[in-house]
Amino acid sequence: MLTKLTHWSRLKSPWILHLNTGACNACDIEVVAALTPRFDVERFGILLKATPRHADVIVCTGPATRQMKDRLIRIYEQTPDPKFVIAVGACAMSGCVYRGAYNVIGGIDQVIPVDVYVPGCPVRPDAVIDGVVKLLNKLKG
Amino acid sequence: MKFQIPIGPQHPALKEPISLRMTVEGEIIRDADLRLGYNHRGLEKLAEQKTWIQNIYLTERICGICSHSHTTCYVQGVEKLMEIEPPKRGQYIRYLVSELERIHSHLLWLGVAGHEAGFDSFFMYTWRDREIVMDILEIISGNRVHYGINTIGGVRRDLDEQQVKHILDSLAILRQRSEYYQHLGTNEPSFVARLAGVGYLSREDAIALCAVGPTVRASGVPMDVRKDDPYGIYDEVPFEVCTAETCDVLGRTVVRIKELFQCYNIIEYLLKNLPTGPVAVRAPRRAKPNEVVSRYEAPRGENIHYIKSNGTDKPERLKVRAPTLGNYAATIKMLKNGFIADVPLIFAAIDPCICCAERAVALVDARSGQEKIISMNALKQLSRQVAAGNARKREAEWPL
Ligand code: SF4
Repeated sequence: MLTKLTHWSRLKSPWILHLNTGACNACDIEVVAALTPRFDVERFGILLKATPRHADVIVCTGPATRQMKDRLIRIYEQTPDPKFVIAVGACAMSGCVYRGAYNVIGGIDQVIPVDVYVPGCPVRPDAVIDGVVKLLNKLKG
Repeated sequence: MKFQIPIGPQHPALKEPISLRMTVEGEIIRDADLRLGYNHRGLEKLAEQKTWIQNIYLTERICGICSHSHTTCYVQGVEKLMEIEPPKRGQYIRYLVSELERIHSHLLWLGVAGHEAGFDSFFMYTWRDREIVMDILEIISGNRVHYGINTIGGVRRDLDEQQVKHILDSLAILRQRSEYYQHLGTNEPSFVARLAGVGYLSREDAIALCAVGPTVRASGVPMDVRKDDPYGIYDEVPFEVCTAETCDVLGRTVVRIKELFQCYNIIEYLLKNLPTGPVAVRAPRRAKPNEVVSRYEAPRGENIHYIKSNGTDKPERLKVRAPTLGNYAATIKMLKNGFIADVPLIFAAIDPCICCAERAVALVDARSGQEKIISMNALKQLSRQVAAGNARKREAEWPL
């Protein structure tokens, strides 16, 4: 009964933490745009949370820079289980144009495990929503 | 009793990773310090390995909000190096996108300011209307944020009659909405009470600390590269430089709203006087050895690119001075003697674009007001230093 309830609430209200690990801001803005009236992800119960301790899903934008690497790991560890990571944008997937720059490690998956990849440079807000819904379907199954 | 509070790099008040150290006495900030480098990617070095054309797409990805500012600044410089002049129609379309970008950036900022002031419905309103501009940009260029419309020697896409009509129709809606924002932003008592007097920056300080863009204009200094050193077509376009005298966050809001109206006027002028002809000329693959400084008025202030060529198809050096960097010193000044609760508001008021500013890592020392530029090579050492600083902070004693 209780597990059923937690499973249901997890599906109905995934709270997200938005983390910029070195992105060019475009992806970040599109993630925020997804929260605003035209796209409105709140209808899936998605809320933007300010601290990793309240979040279920970490939405990462941008390539992992060397400076951010340790913080990224720390933030991942601060998030309570079960946690999921969505890599938003070409940067978070592989490094995009910054691949090969001396201060960029590469995609987010070089540092922490990633569940869903959303491609695009920048991603469209529709794509972010699609990514979140795919994650929710994955949880259902 | 003084103690230090670290804010960031991941913090609800900051959209991008930056770290602030504040020395506080009770509620009052006595000292502030900025720690940067979380978003440093080594872009200038990367530019040296790419060709002139590839670099357009790289500079575009310096920042996602003022992406067109960086490419235009870069392309203007390269065109000077290659000694080519883009055709008139190409220039008109290029600066049309510039002004559209300014609208989208200012609307975005208004929303963020509303959000930081606790006025979330304002945030939702402005972002809803921002979608209108995003649609226009998508129609012109095919993408919402990185337009990829600039190329060396002009632009890559032309406008047709239908698009022009669509833009003019959408502008009418935006103009109407902006009037409402102007009314709201300057008359809504609780909003005005929250913004007025916060983050005071006097005219003298603004000049001494080299503030740029709406920050300096809100302190009563009419500084705008489009007027002071007109590039492109700005010497033919009639517009005014908007200023405010209040020197606070309210003034910065008013300046941005006023600028919105100027943008609408400029766009209307550009569309009504759109010349005919080609949109681009062919550019050579190499540039003669030379160097150039290119200036551009981005939504956040003056953007400077320094480009050096050595006769090959790649630049020898590209240096980017983004407007946010110019405003950091002024921010420290504004934060001092303010309240902790005002930090997000003051910080948001310069419209920081951290990914823009993170070129060479610059540490602003609040105590001496000196700026220390650390060479790229020392970066690793620096990150270790900053990390070490963090470790100490974690064990910082709390007065409770
Ligand atoms: S994927 Fe593209 S838009 Fe997104 S952060 Fe990277 S460069 Fe910017």
